[in-house]
Parts: sequence; C-alpha cells; structure tokens
Amino acid sequence: MLNLVWPIFIIISIIFSFLTGSVKQLNSSIFESTEAAVSLCITLVGTMCLWSGVMQIAAKTSAMQRITSFLRPIMKLLFPKLKRESKIYQEISMNMVANILGLGNAATPLGIKAMKSMQEENNNKKVITNEMATFIVLNTASIQLIPTTVIAIRSSLGSENPTAIIIPVWIATICAACAGIIATKIFIKLGK
Amino acid sequence: MKFVDFFSNAAMPLMIIIIILYGVLERKKVFDIFLDGAKDGVEVVFNLFPTLVGLFVAIGLLRSSGLIDLFCRLITPAFNEISFPTEILPLTFIRPISGSASIAVATDIMKNFGVDSNIGLIASVIMGSTETTVYTIAVYTSSVGIKKTRFVLWAALIADFVGMITSVLVCRMMA
Repeated sequence: MLNLVWPIFIIISIIFSFLTGSVKQLNSSIFESTEAAVSLCITLVGTMCLWSGVMQIAAKTSAMQRITSFLRPIMKLLFPKLKRESKIYQEISMNMVANILGLGNAATPLGIKAMKSMQEENNNKKVITNEMATFIVLNTASIQLIPTTVIAIRSSLGSENPTAIIIPVWIATICAACAGIIATKIFIKLGK
Repeated sequence: MKFVDFFSNAAMPLMIIIIILYGVLERKKVFDIFLDGAKDGVEVVFNLFPTLVGLFVAIGLLRSSGLIDLFCRLITPAFNEISFPTEILPLTFIRPISGSASIAVATDIMKNFGVDSNIGLIASVIMGSTETTVYTIAVYTSSVGIKKTRFVLWAALIADFVGMITSVLVCRMMA
C-alpha cells in the first residue's frame, strides 16, 4: 500500500510546488520533517518503554486471568456458539485482554493463533466464518485502556495535559466497537 | 468536566499501582520483568523510526506544497453541511490504511493547530480510538489463507466512522 501511496505523495507535492512557486517552503520542510521524526522517536521511547515494562508485569501475574473472567459475559454475547472450555474461546479472550492492556506485540500472535484454531473448524477454508468476522471487527475497534502512543506524542509536543484524552477515547472506542459489532450481526442476519 | 479530567489523570497512575501491587503480592521479580518488557518498547520505537522519517518527509512535502490546503478547501463544502472539522480530514482518510502514516499525519495536525486546541484533541482521540483497519484485516485473514472476507471491511469501516464522529462530538462537549 505504502509502496504506492508514498511515491505519489512525494511526486505530486514536488511538481505542485514547482507550479505554484512554493519551492522554498517545500525545501525547508524536508529538513524540518526529518528533525520532527527524530524528536518524536526520542520522546516516544521513554513512554513506550515504561508502559511495555509495566504491562509485561501485568502479563506475568494472575491479573491477566482476572480480566479474562471479566470478559465472560461479553464473550457469550459475541460468540454464542463457542464453548467456554474450548481452545478458541481461551485464545480469543487472551487476544482481547492483550489489546485492552495495549500489548500490541502480544495481541497479534495470540489473534493469529485464534484465527488458526477457528480455521480448523471452518468447512470452506477460503471463506471467512461468522466467528472470524466478529473477531476481526472487534480487533479493528482498538479497545484499549491507556492509549499510550497518542499520550506519548502529545507529551512530546508539549501538551499541558497529555492524558486528558483518556475518557474521550474510551467513549469513542466503545461507540465504535458497538457499531462494528451491531453492523456485523446485521450483516450475518442478512446472510451476507 | 472536572470528573473527566480527574479520571483521565488518575487512570495511568492507578493502573501502574494495581499492576505493581499484583506483582509484589504474587512475589514476582517485578523489576526484572519490567526491564524485560521495557526492552520491547525500545525495539518497537526504533523499528518505527525509518518508517516515520519517510512518512514525515512525504507529509511535510504535501503540506508545504499547499496540496493539503487545496484538498481541504475542495471538500470543505460537503463536510460543512455536517459541521465536521475539515482540518481532520487527511487523518480520517489515512487512519484505516496505515498506522505509521496516520501517526505522522496526526502529529502534523497537532503541531499545526496546537496539541491542546480542539482540533489537536480531536486528532488525538481519533488516533486513540481507531485502529489500522485495512492492515488488521489483511494480517488476520492472510495468516490463515482466507480469500473471501465477505462484509468484514464494511463492518470495520462503519466502526471507524462511528468512532471518528463520536471523537468529534465528545471533544466538542469538552471545549
């Protein structure tokens, strides 16, 4: 995707600036941009390190199981056909918890594991099942307790209150997730 | 909005203390585990760095050449009808497609309009509440060889759209 978008962005910008005579600003923006990337990364590193470390502790304690059991009623609603003892059920819950805690690196492998288990029970290996669809839509909704990356970016830009966005993010995420799930259920009902 | 402010401020310290207490009570070597995880954090950011340089330059070029302004001016009339802030539009288009590109665009918006301005807040909330939809779908379906994804993209994009509209509304209430 970026192999297509990136060159297009650069080529049309440079041509456009030659046509409109904004080459001087364009030229200085190149150096400003590389500098901005460096300073963003340096400030990001601190917050990301701290948070990955703290979340690693969460992953190693029973906090993980505790949250998984909180999810039980939601899981029942979302995946009515899955049995609680099943491997798929465990893997989906683990993936959701990793997402909630913001452990992106852990969430993806867990999610792929869950997909593989669901694929084993899939009759038509080329076509996605209802459970898989629900699971993926849930993953695209980014349910996260602490939106670490944005907070790190905000503090790197000198925000007075980098964490002010947490509650608004929760509200927006929950609305997005509900909309996604409702849409999925409607599509399934319509037999799409 | 004092309540929202308080909880937003308290969320991170509260989570840290709960997690550390858990670790200590379960007699885990908390600091060793912390270091282990923190190393991952460094890796994540440094793997992101080359991508960010490339994308920051591309987006800087787009902005300084005047193309982003032109694009916003062209589609403003349609979005004024529903009073959606057009400054955010570049972000809403790139967000479902690329994670690192949307970080670059969001940072650019926050810098240009101010992190703590209403526009900056909306950009932050959109970044925090949505995911790189297209990428996520691609990773999960290709990992098991699914070819037909049926309605998944549409359902996920509906979720993104609702998330973005909600972000704008919530930030407007906070202002």
